[in-house]
Amino acid sequence: MKFYTPASTFGLRPDLAAIAKGVKPRSRVLDIGCGNGDLMDVLENDFSCDARGMELDAGLVEKCVARGLSVVQGDANADLADYPDGAFDYAILSQTLQTTSRPDLMLDQLLRVGRRAFVSFPNFAHWRTRKALVLGGRMPVTRALPVSWYETQNIHHVTVKDFRDLARAKGAVIERQWFFASSHAIAHFGANWRAEFAVFELSR
Amino acid sequence: MNAAPALNVFELPQALPLDSGQALDGAQIAYETYGELAADRSNAVLICHALTGDQYVASEHPVTGKPGWWERMVGPGKPIDTDRFYVICANVIGSCMGSTGPASTGPDGAPYAMRFPVITIRDMVRGLVALLDGLEIAQLHCVVGGSMGGMQALSLAANWPERAARVLVVASTARHSAQNIAFHEVGRQAIMADPAWGNGDYYASGASPDNGLAVARMAAHITYLSEEGLTEKFGRRLQDRSSKSFGFDADFQVESYLRYQGSGFTRRFDANSYLYITRAMDYFDLAEEHGGKLANAFAGSAARFCLVSFDTDWLYPTAESRHIVHALNAAGAKVSFVELTAPNGHDSFLLEHEQLDRVVRGFVD
Repeated sequence: MKFYTPASTFGLRPDLAAIAKGVKPRSRVLDIGCGNGDLMDVLENDFSCDARGMELDAGLVEKCVARGLSVVQGDANADLADYPDGAFDYAILSQTLQTTSRPDLMLDQLLRVGRRAFVSFPNFAHWRTRKALVLGGRMPVTRALPVSWYETQNIHHVTVKDFRDLARAKGAVIERQWFFASSHAIAHFGANWRAEFAVFELSR
Repeated sequence: MNAAPALNVFELPQALPLDSGQALDGAQIAYETYGELAADRSNAVLICHALTGDQYVASEHPVTGKPGWWERMVGPGKPIDTDRFYVICANVIGSCMGSTGPASTGPDGAPYAMRFPVITIRDMVRGLVALLDGLEIAQLHCVVGGSMGGMQALSLAANWPERAARVLVVASTARHSAQNIAFHEVGRQAIMADPAWGNGDYYASGASPDNGLAVARMAAHITYLSEEGLTEKFGRRLQDRSSKSFGFDADFQVESYLRYQGSGFTRRFDANSYLYITRAMDYFDLAEEHGGKLANAFAGSAARFCLVSFDTDWLYPTAESRHIVHALNAAGAKVSFVELTAPNGHDSFLLEHEQLDRVVRGFVD
């Protein structure tokens, strides 16, 4: 294990860097929607974690396998049910919640297979999104949500407030939260207006 | 079938105990190696062959003169790089390319024929483990297998978990399904219905059940391909003629192709070996060996696993690989899985596939 300054991002996206630093070293982690495995790589090599991944795209799975990571091609909506209860210390779902068919059931699964969960998502109530919708009158296309409504995989847009409500309804405890705008961490004050991205750490 | 001279032969120092309760005395295993074994003996990769495969994974077949069956995967600079790894490939017990099988001479000086004991996949692997002991390889860097080779890789991982650090299973299954058994039974009945089979005692007669074996191969070969692949390759095209013959010649290209596959096969394979090995595959159910729960088979395994399936493989479809992945996850094993897109069904694992090459190279490294 190496040591880093608090500002170190390990070359990761800010939400992933926050998650990497939030995970306890040497824990068992499931990264759902792990993409090309950047976060897993940091967790395994810098934090001595036992990281597993799930990814829908066969091409990305192949990249992960080539990096020596353990990644299963699968659809989290269906395949998370195959994992035993409490199989992981952490289940991570980064910028994927809003693409799932039932985010509420996904949250149940995360907190079933993991003792804790990290969830990150683009905040639909960010002021830029609101401005684009209110003034533009069209589905927002912004820095955080760059894809048109007809192409986007984001079928369940969510705001910081919505997520807190869902967590409460599920009886989940919000252990920690991080907010980002312009790739920088910002204060919690007015997060539902000011955050482009949010990261929550949950437990049950 | 022509007898092949086997160059490297390992004589088992002890009788090989079998799942049937019997034991095989004086058994031998023919094998090939490629590359150099490192001084610390840590770079060995065992490749397990499929039903009709053999030890000639990356060198010319002595009977057919064809290149090795996985030469595009194994060799210098290839995904399984023989410049780095010491690759071992052995003919399984029950087969006919130099390892002890039904065509081998039994203790009484006559060929075993049907007196050869029925063997299992685990028996084959027990033989391979004896070979590894003989080669003084305590732990493989990786065990690799496609199809029946994948069954052996899984069996090794389940029953000798300390013998392989990595387990790569391509287009395989943890159990034979009713459909798998059914197709094999068609093949076996074709062989046994051939008058030349003579209850398996054909070795001295000069005749062999080539017609039956060819039909068995033809039926099996269909299961290795996909409808899409067959349609693309042959469609309804006629063979060397412009109109139908209104007879039973091989009018269609696909008929001609299957007949060619069937007859070519009989030159290199023993019909009784086909009976015994298909039986071993049909008996294979890794969960059954472990109290009915597949996850138990992998409990406590420290190996890394990688499973690969092909979307057009209907012999061992993706669901079978997922079933194994599910069990490995339940056992907490490190597992990767990817379903690759390929037009050629089960046979895809032997054919050109760049993505497969990258997965294999990445995992074995």
